[in-house]
Amino acid sequence: MKNKQYMTRHITDGFIYIFLASIAFLSFFPFFQIVINSFTTQKEMLERSLILIPHTFSLEAYKFIFSGSSILRSLGVSTFITVAGTCINLLFTTTMAYALARKELRARRTILFIVVFTMLFEGGMIPTYLVVKELHMLNTYWAVMIPNAISAFNLILMRNFFLNLPEELFESAKMDGYNDLTIYYRIALPLSKAAIATFALFYAVMHWNNFMMPFLYLSDSHMWPVQIWLRQIVMLAAADFSDVGFATTVPSQSIRMAVIVVATTPILLVYPFIQKHFVKGAMLGSVKG
Amino acid sequence: MSYSHAPYNKRKKWLRMLKQLRTNIWLYILVVPGIVYFLIFKYLPMGGLIIAFKDFNPFLGFLRSPWVGTEHFARLFSNNDFIMLFRNTLLISLYKIVFYFPVPIIIALLLNEIRLKLFKRTVQTLIYIPHFFSWVVISGIFYILFTTEGGFVNHLIEYFGGSSINFLGSKEWIRSLLTTQTLWRDAGWGTILYLAAITTIDPQLYEAAKIDGAGRFRLMWHVTLAGMRSTIVILLILQIGHFMDLGFEQIYNMLNPLNREYADVFDTYVYVAGIQQGQFSYSTAIGMFKSTIGLILVLGANYLVRKFGEEGLF
Repeated sequence: MKNKQYMTRHITDGFIYIFLASIAFLSFFPFFQIVINSFTTQKEMLERSLILIPHTFSLEAYKFIFSGSSILRSLGVSTFITVAGTCINLLFTTTMAYALARKELRARRTILFIVVFTMLFEGGMIPTYLVVKELHMLNTYWAVMIPNAISAFNLILMRNFFLNLPEELFESAKMDGYNDLTIYYRIALPLSKAAIATFALFYAVMHWNNFMMPFLYLSDSHMWPVQIWLRQIVMLAAADFSDVGFATTVPSQSIRMAVIVVATTPILLVYPFIQKHFVKGAMLGSVKG
Repeated sequence: MSYSHAPYNKRKKWLRMLKQLRTNIWLYILVVPGIVYFLIFKYLPMGGLIIAFKDFNPFLGFLRSPWVGTEHFARLFSNNDFIMLFRNTLLISLYKIVFYFPVPIIIALLLNEIRLKLFKRTVQTLIYIPHFFSWVVISGIFYILFTTEGGFVNHLIEYFGGSSINFLGSKEWIRSLLTTQTLWRDAGWGTILYLAAITTIDPQLYEAAKIDGAGRFRLMWHVTLAGMRSTIVILLILQIGHFMDLGFEQIYNMLNPLNREYADVFDTYVYVAGIQQGQFSYSTAIGMFKSTIGLILVLGANYLVRKFGEEGLF
């Protein structure tokens, strides 16, 4: 009897391990396929259907990508938007969150309502586009950084974080003659380095991955970040539904794969840091403010 | 000298406020850039919604363009495209709730059964990754795997004796592809909140249930799943509340003339009508319809969350 129970327990355990292992496998296999295939030749790809280890190792696709200027430039553009955009995000988010966390600020309930309401209702794509246009931001990098300078959600999480700092710190700093600006950057910011790092990573990933804003606001192809080029190369030339006449300019499959790898590498590089922080970040949200 | 006629205590109140403002001047300076941001980039566009009731002419601007009442809305509701958009939105959202929503719950339940720490951590690390890929990258990966020109999936189908399927260029497959993408990107990431809920379950409950003779399956059902119940309810209601938000980036990157009929939703339609064709007022009306339904759904969802005895979101 006892023995049988152990048996069934081990069998269910086995099934659970196998099931979860296959889910984990499915999560990385598609991307893994792309990476492996990007390092082989077009010829081998046509001959073999499934390549786990390439017979012929080739950097052709990467050489091709980096020999032209457009992808290289777009990587620079993406890097610039990510770095500058994240700095703007952090500056706007932390200053406003700090002020909203202080009881001395009058009307902070009203301001909070103004913020929260934007999470519920929005003007939408076209009115926002028209505002950006009226501000003469179209075809400038401001257009992809300023219109989402603050994420209302992150702002509220950041404010909750500041609210949880001990009140005595602020009081004693005031006694020492600090004003709120000095308290903000001498006390509040250094004490929340971990939280700020989390937000910085999330904002950075958002900027690097952003497709819609550059697509809407940047029509000059010299200004395109890598995500837009990726779409041009991988999707617009797909043979499944485009005209046959287009076929001459279709980039080879390995080039498409290489572009995907290049556009994703930065994300994979920061992923270990994000992973360290995001559970903490998710917990921040649960603290009552 | 009009202020001298003001009642004494009113003046005193003003002076107090002025003093409060002066002693905390930096707080106000710190909060102003944020407020200006919200006013310009969130509230100005909301005000811009008036062009849904006008015939917007870029040369006349927001205010001087002529009013047309609800003409654009009438045009939207009488348009055959409206039924198509509504049907697509409804079906894609429904697919998400039926085929995506339960998956993170199941994965979290099973992860909780794992005693091998290293295995659990490895699985978690791997299944969170796709969440950080951009929609363009995800669509790109799907294009390459599902293409008829030597894609991995069609190779597999042919290997097992089937004939290859044009997944990308046929309307029958597009909704399944979109659901698969969502599943692949977020099923792992979605487990985080459930796993967090599981950690708050009192271990004594498991002991008590064991003493009562509960087997493994009963523990999973009556203790773990029961402990996740409120999280499940909240997330389900939120999912329904966001039923209009299917994501421009995902769908736009999978759309093409051959599958548009089955996958075009409000966001993508607004882009084509507004930015590509320049019908600013008409597309704003569509966007406004979408946002309004969204607002009603979210408020309704929040009401329901509270009704279930949970803390609402606001």
